[in-house]
Amino acid sequence: MAAPTTTTAGGEILLSARGVTKSYAGADGELPVLAGIDLDVRDGEVVALLGKSGCGKSTLLRCLAGLIPVSSGTVSYRDKPLTGTNPGTAMVFQTFALLPWLTVRQNVELGLAARGVPPRERAEAALKAIDLIGLDGFESAFPKELSGGMRQRVGFARALVVEPDVLMMDEPFSALDVLTAENLRGELMELWESGQFPTRAIVLVTHNIEEAVLMADRVVVLGTHPGTLRAAFPVPLERPRDRNAAAFQELIDTLYQTMTGRPKDTLRPPGRGPAYPEAGDTRRTIATVPLPRASVDGLSGLAEILVQHDGRSDLADLADDLGLEIDDLLPLVDALEALGMALVEDNDLLLTPRGLGFANADVQQSKKIFAEAAWEVPLVRLIATSLRRSADGVLRDGFFRDLLAHHYTSEQVAQQLETATDWGRYAELYEYDAGPRVFARAGV
Amino acid sequence: MSWPRSAAGRGARPVRAADRLTRLNWVDLVVAAAVLVGLYVVLRVGRGTAVSFTPSRTVTVSTDPANLPYYAARSLLRMFAALAASTVFSLLYAYTAAHSRRLQRILIPALDILQSVPVLGFLTVAVTGFVALFPGSLLGLECAAIFAIFTSQAWNMTFGFYQSLITLPRELDEVSRSLRCTRWMRFWRIELPSGAIGLVWNGMMSFGGGWFFLVASEQISVSHHKYALPGVGSYAGSAIAEGDLGKVGWAVLTMTVMVVAVNFLFWRPLTAWVERFKNEQAEATEVQRSVVLDLLRRSYWPRLLGRVLAPPARALARACRVFGVDDRPLAVRPVRRRAGDLAFGTVATSLVCWGLVDLGRYFRQRTGLGVFGEPLLLGLATLARVLIVLAVATLVWVPIGVRIGFSPRLSRLAQPLVQILASFPANFLFPLATWFFLRTGLSLNIGGILLMALGAQWYILFNTIAGAMAIPTDLREAMDDLGVRGWQRWRRLIIPGIFPAYVTGGITASGGAWNASIVSEVVTFGGTALTATGLGAYIAHATADGDYPHLLAGVAVMSLYVVALNRLLWRRLYRLAETRYSMG
Ligand SMILES: Nc1ncnc2c1ncn2[C@@H]1O[C@H](COP(=O)(O)OP(=O)(O)OP(=O)(O)O)[C@@H](O)[C@H]1O
Ligand SMILES: [Mg+2]
Repeated sequence: MAAPTTTTAGGEILLSARGVTKSYAGADGELPVLAGIDLDVRDGEVVALLGKSGCGKSTLLRCLAGLIPVSSGTVSYRDKPLTGTNPGTAMVFQTFALLPWLTVRQNVELGLAARGVPPRERAEAALKAIDLIGLDGFESAFPKELSGGMRQRVGFARALVVEPDVLMMDEPFSALDVLTAENLRGELMELWESGQFPTRAIVLVTHNIEEAVLMADRVVVLGTHPGTLRAAFPVPLERPRDRNAAAFQELIDTLYQTMTGRPKDTLRPPGRGPAYPEAGDTRRTIATVPLPRASVDGLSGLAEILVQHDGRSDLADLADDLGLEIDDLLPLVDALEALGMALVEDNDLLLTPRGLGFANADVQQSKKIFAEAAWEVPLVRLIATSLRRSADGVLRDGFFRDLLAHHYTSEQVAQQLETATDWGRYAELYEYDAGPRVFARAGV
Repeated sequence: MSWPRSAAGRGARPVRAADRLTRLNWVDLVVAAAVLVGLYVVLRVGRGTAVSFTPSRTVTVSTDPANLPYYAARSLLRMFAALAASTVFSLLYAYTAAHSRRLQRILIPALDILQSVPVLGFLTVAVTGFVALFPGSLLGLECAAIFAIFTSQAWNMTFGFYQSLITLPRELDEVSRSLRCTRWMRFWRIELPSGAIGLVWNGMMSFGGGWFFLVASEQISVSHHKYALPGVGSYAGSAIAEGDLGKVGWAVLTMTVMVVAVNFLFWRPLTAWVERFKNEQAEATEVQRSVVLDLLRRSYWPRLLGRVLAPPARALARACRVFGVDDRPLAVRPVRRRAGDLAFGTVATSLVCWGLVDLGRYFRQRTGLGVFGEPLLLGLATLARVLIVLAVATLVWVPIGVRIGFSPRLSRLAQPLVQILASFPANFLFPLATWFFLRTGLSLNIGGILLMALGAQWYILFNTIAGAMAIPTDLREAMDDLGVRGWQRWRRLIIPGIFPAYVTGGITASGGAWNASIVSEVVTFGGTALTATGLGAYIAHATADGDYPHLLAGVAVMSLYVVALNRLLWRRLYRLAETRYSMG
């Protein structure tokens, strides 16, 4: 594992995070979403933050931008600890976040107006930025008249016109279609290379591995629950980068492995029936087995596709074939794993016998297999057994919320229960009534 | 088409209110007490000054129909002055509440309670107070009338704008802070535009409700003094006093023209214009249209206005830089924060306690606390009337509303009509109804229900239509395919579909009925007065007699009833609507 703070560029440190922890309220105190993050961003480099959905990438970016406070540790800009919004950064958002009631030019001028730049200079600077980013001709258009790609250009121009030291981008291309994203990415990097770029460094949040390797000088991988820096990889490739180069592919493979890889001790020998030790094992609890955001439909779809690949397929190829990004695939992979239906082995996803049976069975049969598998999932099992024990077979969801709140933030609790509800319903282990918000034993 | 949206605009507030109402904590109680104290203070000031008040000019309102255009203009001026006041108040109050953690804890529950106070009960206090402020001129009466209309508009608009402030999309907040916008820019460029649609729609609805208070406040008698302002309401009042139905007819006609004209010339263009502030990235398919706005857009005036207003706007923006940059300190020292909270809490609580003690003394000296007994009992009679109004309006208007909502042709026809019916001040028709009661000998105990329903029922119809229109056509077609008809169709599709909108209408109707009881339980026509048994009549009598302890007790008890009904009935229905019956 490379030291997280190594860097290819030797420039001056612009942003630095030291021991940054960010927690949100849980039942017994704070639950960490980020833990012990050390990160430097230097003059002249493009840093990509890569990680699974929900691992805390956006949270880290906002801590660096001074938009949310850290729970402990410090973030400094040019050696000065932040006390408010970071004065040296500007943000580009996934959803563009343009003001629909302002024209393109007014949107771009916003940051300048905030600094009290007089109207004439403001207009000049805005037009220059609009020109630079390829928006000329659209100055007086309203955002809703523009295509997604053009809107994001406005987002870039708005951030660049204030000439921040560090440009912060939170998944700036993920709301765009593939071709538009590719084009915009290319133009942006050309601009960066040309030296006309008005910022000194870029921090890019993404869950797209290829995007990270295409753009960054350094890729930092975040682990999940809580988010820690798992590894950092320098990208010593010349720009513009060739996707087909061996070194490029190699790096992508390594990153895939880092993102999907688990700590050694949870790897299991392949082919064993139930993927996990018998229930009752102390390590399998609602805290250690978080339910991924995956519906039964989604995970059974993946299982069926795997059957078509003879039960085994390379993860990257699978994602490519399906036209999915790894972020869309990983929750389903995690779900199949948690249910003991599939395993990840050397970047390959392979079905277990149970998974094969599940994918090949008819509806009733597959429900039965799923019920068996779901019974081994701690949260589903907890709900089902609690309902069996309760006198009338009915329990308020608040009961489980409270239990989960010891290990998850409020947002995560909601997601855990959502998945557990979906799985338990399909397995016919219990029902959920959203009106009074109660779980009920099946048949009650 | 404007219905679904207007329903949504109205819906926004009570959802939130219901949310907040789920926790009755000490703050609510303290604030309730504070509001009571505040009203009491106003009342004492008003009472003290009233003694020396003698109207220097007695105003006579001529009933010559030729005067009606002038009177209409005066009335309109009052309405728009109140609207302006409500808008400014809403912006300031909501902004303060949304941006100050401490004040929010007081301001928002206070708003909730103020909303439940029957405005008409305090008209008399407002009159004496304002008249004392401007002795010897009509300005005092004018202000009192504007104030009455204001109180009927402001709370709703404030809630709406507060709501939009605290639900500002997270990215917009981050854009503002990451670009280091000034506070003024955040307000002017981001917060106000994103709340504009709600503000305009709420304003339009509240304005519609305001006509009722205009009519009620133009002519009022306090402590056996009769005050009148030139206006359509007082014209109608005089015509009634003369018992001249023809002139009442002229007044009704003028009123109708006014309501329609304001809608056509002001609200429709405004709602169409405000579409530009939609926070939607795609081109909308259904747009508000207004002939007047199209006309204006084609003219030179908007550009000229823009050019004239640009320099002052820039100067304002520059001047407002003093309010600083939109930034939040990342670290707040907990000790300081706690100390601040403690100081704030202590000051607020001791002020309220001091007021409560004084209030208790006031009651003890005058009447004793037993004064609350009678209104509590009378409240039951009025409560029964309110519930009957709601039940009957539901049974009658829900089927009709669904019918209209399901037919695009019917709803196009009915839309402007119902909008006008909902804004038309029902108390304008009271004399006709009274005349009818006198002729038939119907007791006001029953007739009062009819009077209360005259205004309140439309809200139920209006919202039911909106709810029915929002039910997707494919759902209805699916039901047709499956052959689901009759009661099953109601149970499975219609009731769940219209429920959230219906509850919104129900809350408004219930509030309207309570307020109307004050003017519906005592009515006169040509010198004959009819009285019903109820809390509304109790308040009306206390007003006429200038009997302040009884007035205060009556208003407090009515507020209590309104709050209780909200919490016990509407809050629960809202929860149900939110969890079970929300579409999409
Ligand atoms: N305000 C909050 N309160 C509670 N939990 C939160 C809050 N904000 C984020 N979280 C949780 O913190 C975790 C990290 O969130 P974050 O948005 O940073 O993830 P991310 O890596 O950007 O994910 P995505 O790829 O979905 O954007 C998530 O599990 C989320 O549920
Ligand atoms: Mg994110």
